[in-house]
Amino acid sequence: MLGYIVRRVAGFAPVLFVIVSLSFFLMRLAPGGPFDQDRALPEQVRANIEARYHLDESLWRQYRRYLEDVLRGDLGPSFRYPDRSVNELLGLGFPVSLTLGLCGLSVAVVLGGVTGVLAALRRNTFLDYLTMSFALGGISIPNFVLGPILMLVFALWLGWLPVAGWGTWRHLILPSITLGTFYAAYVARLTRAGMLEVIGQDFIRTARAKGLHEAKIVLRHALPSAIVPVVTYLGPASAAVLTGSVVVETIFSIPGIGRYFVGSALNRDYTMVLGTVVFYSLLLLISNLVVDVVYAVLDPRVQAR
Amino acid sequence: MKRKGVALALLFLGQLCVGMPARGAEEQVFRINNMVEPESLDPGVVTGVPEHRILSNLFEGLTTADPKDLSPRPGMAATWTVSKDGLVYTFKLRSARWTDGKPVTAHDFVYAWERVLNPKMGAKYAQQLFYLKNGEEYNRGRITDFTQVGAKALDDRTLQVTLRCPTAYFLDLTSFYTLYPVPRWAIEAHGKDWVKPGKIVSNGPFRLVRWVPQEELVLEKNPGHWDAARVKLQRVVFLPTEDGNTAHKQFLAGESDWVPQVPTAQIEAARTRAEFYVTPYLGTYFFRFNVTKSPTNDARVRKALSLAVDRESLTRYVTRAGQIPTSTFVPAGMRGYEGVRGLGFDTAAARKLLAEAGYPDGKGFPKLELLYNTNELHKVVTQAVQQMWKDSLGIHVDLANVEWKVYLARQSSLDYQIARAGWIGDYVDPNTFLDMWVSGGGNNETGWSSKRYDDLIARAACRIVNLKERMRTLQEAEQILVEDAPILPLFTYVNTGMLGRRVAGWYPNILDQHPLKYISLER
Repeated sequence: MLGYIVRRVAGFAPVLFVIVSLSFFLMRLAPGGPFDQDRALPEQVRANIEARYHLDESLWRQYRRYLEDVLRGDLGPSFRYPDRSVNELLGLGFPVSLTLGLCGLSVAVVLGGVTGVLAALRRNTFLDYLTMSFALGGISIPNFVLGPILMLVFALWLGWLPVAGWGTWRHLILPSITLGTFYAAYVARLTRAGMLEVIGQDFIRTARAKGLHEAKIVLRHALPSAIVPVVTYLGPASAAVLTGSVVVETIFSIPGIGRYFVGSALNRDYTMVLGTVVFYSLLLLISNLVVDVVYAVLDPRVQAR
Repeated sequence: MKRKGVALALLFLGQLCVGMPARGAEEQVFRINNMVEPESLDPGVVTGVPEHRILSNLFEGLTTADPKDLSPRPGMAATWTVSKDGLVYTFKLRSARWTDGKPVTAHDFVYAWERVLNPKMGAKYAQQLFYLKNGEEYNRGRITDFTQVGAKALDDRTLQVTLRCPTAYFLDLTSFYTLYPVPRWAIEAHGKDWVKPGKIVSNGPFRLVRWVPQEELVLEKNPGHWDAARVKLQRVVFLPTEDGNTAHKQFLAGESDWVPQVPTAQIEAARTRAEFYVTPYLGTYFFRFNVTKSPTNDARVRKALSLAVDRESLTRYVTRAGQIPTSTFVPAGMRGYEGVRGLGFDTAAARKLLAEAGYPDGKGFPKLELLYNTNELHKVVTQAVQQMWKDSLGIHVDLANVEWKVYLARQSSLDYQIARAGWIGDYVDPNTFLDMWVSGGGNNETGWSSKRYDDLIARAACRIVNLKERMRTLQEAEQILVEDAPILPLFTYVNTGMLGRRVAGWYPNILDQHPLKYISLER
């Protein structure tokens, strides 16, 4: 097992290298540069700035310089925010994105799990149709629509929660729901399908025959088997939640790293773009590894390969 | 009764959880939605308006802007004298202190200005100091001895500034952040970290207490400021909400007291509220013509296109925020500037000019493309103008929508035929709208060039001391610009925003600048 993990981690390096190189050159191919703005800079001023950030060097030298810096763990200065380094900004933003992601995921699991079980137990009743319609809605409504609607209802009309911002637990509720709903809908459908499959099986009938309480049958016996597909789904879902909070972070003005992801590309903030790409790539690689390790634990055949 | 009790208990619990006590009238906390995270807090580095909202309260220059008409008032300089030729300014500094207790001296200004002009600093706004004698030369590295630049500390409290040319608006510039003094010892001790809470040393009416990127930035009253008696606000919170709709909702929910922008889609609804305001802004929305390419190299074509635009309808039915239609470039409301006559709206004249250029009723008119950057407002404006040209001239123009940086790159390399554009003045003087059109100017970006125009601008910039004559010269220049039409002005920008009803000491002005030291919250 340990050998497997070591081999996989060693495989990160070439993948990251390709990603960094591709992003580096793609970014430079895009028209415009970090210091283009609507009022033109005097030529000398522009030259001074470019010299300061080594943008006057050949592309090849800049590339080498960047690789060396990244190897040392330095993602460089932000062009847009000259007082701060990319490392600092990512360091400040990641805990926020992580918190939001985990809360969104909890919403997904709890909301999705409960409605999925209820729908399965009351199969083909009004409750089933209702929850599954909601699930369909959850999958279909994009978060940039759901977010503002939740804001309007719970912050403006009812006044229960703040509109946007960060700092207290109350700021977390609406964004978590907005982020988690899509995944909750998936979880609900997966749980329902899993439950339906399990509930018809012999061991459940046995449990019923023994006269166990219905709640105990569901929670103790049926649920653990029913949520296996959900658990496998959670791996990619957590990666998606962590990297996919861009829209939610923008709508709710949350100081996470998602904000930098799009903004820096539009601003041609080269170092920040590369920094977020490296960071997200690493995150995805690690979460994929974790998922695979979990698979390997569940299914020894994976390990053999 | 019982139910009421439960409700009250819940309310109490709710308040407890929030940890935000209801704000009493005595509590002078002003919340501004600054719409974006400030790029920096270093006066020598920043270039934007959101940064100005923060820095103009954190630091103070030689002069400060009057809250009503933005005219210069004493700041760090208590008094000043100007030489007869308008070239030498001598500022007498007041006894003022930095937040760490050190006195503010003339040397702090000289240090700050050297820093901005030093080529190694790579300051984007170095040109704000090109007004100084030899300022530009120093920035270009042509001279390396700063004592040759027109900024000298005669003693701790006397600063002598020598300009390259008489500059009527120099005292407006000294209230701008690029010209603020900065504390050498703090910068040398902390490097680029010197602007962070706990390290920053500043000299304005407020001081920095908290700054979490993308979350909030908090200033509090600086009790050691020379004018502290005037300052009523205890704390000021800047929120960096980028999403305009969210920012608007935050205001409506009472989470901010001022939001300096209303999304176009919300304007109709916002207009009915007492908190809504709309004021003229020192900026012009216009189209650039590429005069190096056919058919826009023909002045008759350009004028025809300009005459065919009904700007009244455009602002009334399309932009709808109260923008002021204009067919000249310098916005109205400049002290001492009368303005010129624009081309106006005249479809008959437009058709006639187009026929003279060889395209009667638009027949045979070549393919033309109108470039704009992705934005709701630009989209509707360009669509409306496209329709107007079709209706009154019978010509079809394609619209090309590109992302901001692509738009900038194409515009500056003249890779366009017509491009939408906007220009916001740097200071309240027609020159900030006119000197950009000189031959080869960095912001010209049309390829247009006129010898006579260049001469007039150069004369107004350096050779005339008489204010009236200077304004007349600039007027003459604008007349040339309007008649030769390398640009098609559409309207004067407005500021739209929402301001809490308790806010006092906030005055509408043409740059939308509102010094916090005059603002208070009333009961």
